[in-house]
Amino acid sequence: MELINRKAVFKPYAQAIPSSFAIEKLDTAPCRKACPANLNVQGYVAMVKKGKYREAVEIIMEDLPFPGILGRVCPHKCEQSCRRIETDSAISIRELKRVAADNVNLSDIPVPEIKPKDKKIAIIGSGPAGLTAAYFLAMEGYKVSVYESMPETGGMMRYGIPEHRLPRKVLDNEIENLKRFGVEIHTNTSIGKDLSLQDLRDHGADAVFLAVGAWKSLKLRIPGEESEGVSDVTSFLKEVHLGNLKKVTGKVVVIGGGHSALDGARVALRLGADEAHIIYRRSRAEMLAEPEEVEEAEKEGVKIHILTAPVSISDNNGKVSGIECIKTELTEPDSSGRRKPVPVEGSNYIIDADHIIPAIGQEPEIDFISDTGIEVNKWNLLKVNEETLQTNESWVFAGGDAITGPATVIEAVEAGKRAAGYISKYIEGEELPKEWQEEPPMGTDWADIRENEPVKKRMQVPTLDIEKRLSSFDEVALCVDGETATSEAERCLDCGGCCECYQCVPSCKAEAITAETHGQQNETVTINVGSVVLTPGLEPFDPSGSDTYKLDEFPNVVTSLEFERMLSASGPTAGHVTRPSDHKEPEKIAWLQCVGSRDLNRCDNEYCSAVCCMYAVKEAVIAKEHIGEKFEPSIFYMDMRTHGKDFEKYYERAKSDGVRFVRSRVHTIDQVDDSGTLSLRYATEAGDIEYEEFDMVVLSVGMEPTVSATDLAEKMGIELNNFNFAKTDALAPVSTSKPGVFVAGVIQGCKDIPQSVMEASAAACSAGISMASARGTQVKEKTFPIESELNDDEPRIGVFVCNCGVNIGGVADVPAIVEYAKDLDGVVYVEENLFSCSQDTQEKMIEVIKEQKLNRLVVAACTPRTHEPLFQETIRNAGMNPYLFEMANIRNQCTWVHSDDKQIATEKSSDLVRMAVSRASLLEAIPKLSVDVNSSVLVVGGGVAGMTSALSLADQGFSTTIIEKSSELGGSAKDVMKTWSGREVQPFLSDLVSKVEKHSNIDLLLSAEVKSASGFVGNFETIVTSNGTEKTVQHGVGVIATGAKATETDEYLYGKNPNVTRWHDLENNPEKLKNADTVAFIQCVGSREESRPYCSRICCTASVQQAISIKDEKPDTNVFILYRDIRTFGERELLYREAREKGVVFIRYSVENKPVVTEAGDGLEIEVFDPVLQQNVTIQTDILNLATAIEPVDTEDIASIYKLPVNEEKFFMEAHAKLRPVDFATEGLYVCGLAHYPKSIDESIAQAMAAAGRAATVLSKASIEVSPLVSQVDQEKCIGCGLCAEVCCFGGIILDEVEGKGKRAFNVPASCKGCGLCASSCPQKAIDMLHFRDEQIKASISAAV
Amino acid sequence: MADFEPKIVAFLCNWCAYAGADLAGVSRMQYPANLRTVRVMCSGRVDPSFIVKAFKEGCDAALVAG
Repeated sequence: MELINRKAVFKPYAQAIPSSFAIEKLDTAPCRKACPANLNVQGYVAMVKKGKYREAVEIIMEDLPFPGILGRVCPHKCEQSCRRIETDSAISIRELKRVAADNVNLSDIPVPEIKPKDKKIAIIGSGPAGLTAAYFLAMEGYKVSVYESMPETGGMMRYGIPEHRLPRKVLDNEIENLKRFGVEIHTNTSIGKDLSLQDLRDHGADAVFLAVGAWKSLKLRIPGEESEGVSDVTSFLKEVHLGNLKKVTGKVVVIGGGHSALDGARVALRLGADEAHIIYRRSRAEMLAEPEEVEEAEKEGVKIHILTAPVSISDNNGKVSGIECIKTELTEPDSSGRRKPVPVEGSNYIIDADHIIPAIGQEPEIDFISDTGIEVNKWNLLKVNEETLQTNESWVFAGGDAITGPATVIEAVEAGKRAAGYISKYIEGEELPKEWQEEPPMGTDWADIRENEPVKKRMQVPTLDIEKRLSSFDEVALCVDGETATSEAERCLDCGGCCECYQCVPSCKAEAITAETHGQQNETVTINVGSVVLTPGLEPFDPSGSDTYKLDEFPNVVTSLEFERMLSASGPTAGHVTRPSDHKEPEKIAWLQCVGSRDLNRCDNEYCSAVCCMYAVKEAVIAKEHIGEKFEPSIFYMDMRTHGKDFEKYYERAKSDGVRFVRSRVHTIDQVDDSGTLSLRYATEAGDIEYEEFDMVVLSVGMEPTVSATDLAEKMGIELNNFNFAKTDALAPVSTSKPGVFVAGVIQGCKDIPQSVMEASAAACSAGISMASARGTQVKEKTFPIESELNDDEPRIGVFVCNCGVNIGGVADVPAIVEYAKDLDGVVYVEENLFSCSQDTQEKMIEVIKEQKLNRLVVAACTPRTHEPLFQETIRNAGMNPYLFEMANIRNQCTWVHSDDKQIATEKSSDLVRMAVSRASLLEAIPKLSVDVNSSVLVVGGGVAGMTSALSLADQGFSTTIIEKSSELGGSAKDVMKTWSGREVQPFLSDLVSKVEKHSNIDLLLSAEVKSASGFVGNFETIVTSNGTEKTVQHGVGVIATGAKATETDEYLYGKNPNVTRWHDLENNPEKLKNADTVAFIQCVGSREESRPYCSRICCTASVQQAISIKDEKPDTNVFILYRDIRTFGERELLYREAREKGVVFIRYSVENKPVVTEAGDGLEIEVFDPVLQQNVTIQTDILNLATAIEPVDTEDIASIYKLPVNEEKFFMEAHAKLRPVDFATEGLYVCGLAHYPKSIDESIAQAMAAAGRAATVLSKASIEVSPLVSQVDQEKCIGCGLCAEVCCFGGIILDEVEGKGKRAFNVPASCKGCGLCASSCPQKAIDMLHFRDEQIKASISAAV
Repeated sequence: MADFEPKIVAFLCNWCAYAGADLAGVSRMQYPANLRTVRVMCSGRVDPSFIVKAFKEGCDAALVAG
C-alpha cells in the first residue's frame, strides 16, 4: 500500500533521530546511462515538470552546449532505455529538452566564474565536436580558437541538416552563446590551405583538436555514377544551404536509409521536385533514421522502396534518365548481428529519375594532414587512442565524424566533451590512460515502478500542415505547450531517486546541503574496537504474494505496520483511520493474527513472533479511540498471548472497551463489492463456519530477522540458528558464538521493546566486562575557560534575535523586535541572526560577549527545551556561567502558532523578549553541583539475577556486596532442571555460586536483611542485619533482585490430596512419575484472575516442557494439559508443536468454567468442558500438576525502605515500561529478575546484566554532575514545621535537629529535582529555588503585562 | 465586550505543559495570542503569590498547567 509519496529529499519520520533530512540516491537512471553525453535527463525532466525551464537548461548545459539543437535532432537513445516502456511508452525526453530550450533566453543564464589560464588550444572545425570541446575548454579557462573552413559555423549541423529540422535561428543562438564563454571562432580559415598545424604550434597552441568532420561522400561504385544529375547528398544539402540551388524539377531518387537520405528527399520536395523516392537495400527496421522521421517524410510524399539496391544509372546524353534497381532479401543475422542484403535474381526494375542523390556515407577529407605525420587507418579515418582521442602526435587530438565516419550530433558532442577532458589533463601534464576505460557496470537499484502505475499516453508532438511544409523550410515539428510538457514530464518514474538537480543546495539557507555534502558517497572507514554489539533489528513478514491474504489484490487489506502508520499523528493520514479504497472511516475492522508466525503452510516461520497479539490489541483500542463508539474492532486469533508485564490487564480492558476477540482460524478473505468491503469466512473453535463482512482487514504480521542478518553473520563470523536468528546460549543470552561480539534485540529472536532494551544494556555490560581494563583510557575531557566573576556588576545584557530562516523572520518583523529590544533596561547589545544556532553565530556570540563585556545573554529563538544546552555551552566558552542565560521562545510559542498575523506575532515576540530580558537581569551565576560516587554496589537478593548482576559488576572491578535472606545462594533456580531451550540449570547454578563465593570483589552476607537505608545516587547507606548483627554498607548504587515464588493454592484439591502437586514438585519426584499412567496439568492456577490479573509468563512453557519429558520417558503415558491460552511465545512455540506431535492432549477451559477435580479411588477425576467437542469430558488421572501463579517476595518491605514504587501486584515498577526497563525512577537503583515480573532464566540473566550495565554508568565516574537548580532553605526563617519534607517525593529536603533550635529543614541537593514544591508550600517563605527564585519569576510576570 | 482581549499569564510546567505548547507549535496549531508564558520546573512551584502578583499587574486571567 502506498501510504505516502516521499520525495528524494525527505525526513524519515516526524520523530526521527537525528531530526534531519536525507537524500535518497539510487543508481543512475537508465536514460542518463544511455545518453552518449551522460546528460542528466532525470534532472532536467524534473525541472520541466515544475516549469523551471531555466534550471532545466542549466542542468543540460552542464553536459553540453546545445540544448535547442539536440532537443530537435537527437536520435534519443535515452528513450529506448526509459523504464516507462514497462508500463506504457517512453517519455518524450527529446521534446522536453526542446520545450525547456525554446522557453529560455540563453543570455539569461549566467556564465560561471572562469579562471583564465595562459594555455592556448586550437580547434579545427566548428561542428558539434569542435564547439563542444571549445565550450568545455573555455570554461576551464583556456584560450580557445576555433578555425572553420566554411563561411559559416556549425559544420554538418548547418550544412548537413536542413532547416525544416533545425531552424538556423536556434543554431545561430546556441553557437553565438559560446562567445560569452570566451570561445573565438575564425571562419573561412582552412587548415592546410590558410594555416598549417605547424603555424598553430608556432602561434603558441599547446594542443589541437581536429574535429574536421566527414565531408567527402562515398561513391556508389555503379555504372552511370558520373552522369549529370547525380549529386551526393552532402554536396546537395550544402548547395541548398548556400543558396546556389533553389529549385529542383522532375523526379528525384535518393539512395540510403539514414537521416541524410531522408533530408535529401524532403528537401528535394520542398524545392519543387515532382516526386522523391528513397531506395534502401535493407528493411525499415534497419533504417538509421527514427521511425517518426520516416513517417513524416512519407506524409510529405516521399516514396520509400525498401529491400531495393541500385544496379546502374541510365542516362540520356549524359544526363540522368533513371536508375535500375534490384530487389533484395536479407540473410539471417551474421556474427555481428547484422542482416546482409542479397539481390533477388531477376527482380530488376527501373525507376525514372532526373536526379540521383546518393546518401550512403562520407569520409573525412584528410589531405591536409598528409605532411604532418598523423596516422590514418584503413577506412581513411584519423587514428586515435579510443579512450583519450589523442593521435600519434601527442599534442593533437581528434574526434567526431573524422574518426568515426558520419555519426550523430550527440556522438560528436560526446567526443568533444571527452577530448576537452583529456586535452586539459594533457596540458596540465597528467598521465593519460593508454587503453579504453570501461565504465563500471550499470546498477539497477532504481525506484520501484508502482504496481498500479496508471497508464498514461505519450504526448503527441504537433506538426506543421503538409501544404505549408512543402512550400517552405519552416520547422515541421512544433513546440508543445507548457501544460502538455508538464504532464509528459510527470510520467517520469524518477528512477534514480534524487535527480541531482541540486535545487536543494541554494534552497538550504542553513547551508547544511552544499554541493559538497550533496555529493557525499558511501565510504569505507576502519574503526578499531574492542567489542562489537549487533542490533540490526527485524523485518516484518511480507504477506504480499500470498493468495490467502490478498494484500496485493484488495486495497482494504493492510498490514499491521501500515495500519500503525495510519494511527500515527505524523503518518500519511494524520492519524485519521480511513480505508484505502474510498477514504471512508471504517466501522468494522478485523485483525488477523499469526500472519507469518506459527505457520508452516504459508511461510516457514514456525515460531511465534511474541509481540503481535499485544500490538493488535493496542491498535484495536487506539483505533476505537480515534473512530469512536460506533467502531467495532474484532481480533481473530488462536491463542491470545499477552504475557508481558501489565499486558493481561490491557487485554481485559480492551475486552470491556468493546474489542471483540474471536478464537478461530480464517480461511478466506473476499471482496464483496466495488467499494472494497471485505468478507471473512472463518471456522470457530466448535468447528462452525461463519461469514462476516468488514470494512478493512489488518494482517498482524510477524517478525523475521533482517535479510542482511545472514550477510552480517557471515562477515562477523557468528553462528545463526535454524531461523537465521543469532545463536546464543540461554545462560549467556547476549553472547554470540564469537567472543567479543554481542547481540541485542530481534537479531537474537522475536521479542518486544522492553526485552530488547534490556538486552541492549546487557550487551553493553558484556562489552564493558570484556574491556574493563581499557575503561576511561580514550576519554577526552572538555575544558572551558575560567568563569568571570559576576560580583554586583550592573546587568549588561546581549540579545540575539533569530530569524530561524523563515520560521520566525517570515512571520514576525525581526528588525522591529531588534529595535524594540535595544530600548529595554540593561540591554547593551542586540543583533539579528539568520540562524542563531549555527556554528558561525556561536563563534560570533563568544566574540560579542567578550567585546561588549556582556554578563547576561538572551536568545529569542526556539524553545529552551531543545536549544538551551547549546547556548549555555557557548557562553561557558566565553567565560560566562551557563545560568546567566535566558531564552525567549518566539518560534514554537509565537510565530508558529500565530503565523497568520504578522503584527500580533511581532507584538507577542517583543513581549516575550521583554519578559526574558527582565528575568535575565536578575539571573545569578550558579556553581556546578557534583557528588562523589562511591564505586561499590549493593545487590539485594542472591538468586540467579542477583548473582549475575553482582558478578558482572565485580568482574569490572567494582566492589560488590550481596545480601541474601536465606542461608544459601541460588533462589528459585534451585528447583529448575532445564531452561526452556534445554540447557541444564543445576551445573550452571553451582558454577555461578562458586564464582560468586570465590570472587575477591564480592562480599557475601547470607541470612541477611535490609533494615533501613538512606542517601542518594553515588552515596547510599544501607543498614543490614546479618545473623543477628548489624552492618552498615556504603554503596554508590543498588540492584534489587529479591525474586519471586510460585504460590500455594487451595484449588483443585491441592494440599488435600498427595497426588496434586505444583510446578517442579513433579519432575523432581521421578519415583512418583514412574508409576503414573496418566498425568494432567492445569494452567493459570491463580493467574489471570481477578485476584492476580496478570499472566505468570513461564508456566505454559514449563508444563509443555514437562509433558514432553514425560512422553519421552514413557511414551504411553497419557498427558493432558488444561489451559486457557497456550503462551509458548517466541521459539518456545516449537515445544508446543513437539508436545502435540508426541500426543500430549491440550484441552482449553475458560475461567468461568474451570475444571472440577475430585478424588476417585486411588486417583483423581477431572471434569472439564471441551470447547472443540462442545461437551464435558472426564479425565481419570494419577497425578495432577498445577501451574500456580508466581508472586513477588518481600517487595513491599524493600519498596518502603528505598522509597521505590510497586505495581498493584507488588512487582517493582521500573522508571519506564518500554525504555527504562531496569532503572528505578530514583537514580542509582536498579531492578532485575522475578521481582520485576515473572520471567525465564535467560530473561533474568539478560535483565541482571542490564542492571549491571546501567549501574556501571554511574560507578565508572568519580563524581556525577547533578542539576544545580535546587531548593535553598533559609534556616533563619525556617520554623521546622516539616511541610516541605512531607511534600518532597525525592528525599531532597529533610528535617533534622539543630542544636538549640529544634527541628530545621535541610537540603539534600543531590536528591533535589528542582520542582519547587517545597518553596511554594513553605508558610514562612524560607525556601527559594535557584534559577527560579520568587523574584525572578515575578520579574517575568511584571514584564508580561 | 466583543473587542475584549484578555491578558493571560500562563505558568507552564517545563516537563509537560510547556513541552505541549512547543508541540502545538511544531504541529502548527493556531490559537489566540493572548497568552504570555512563564516557564516553571513544576506546576507545584507556582506560589499563590505569583497569581496575586499577576492580577495586581493587570492580568485578566492566570493559567497554571502541569
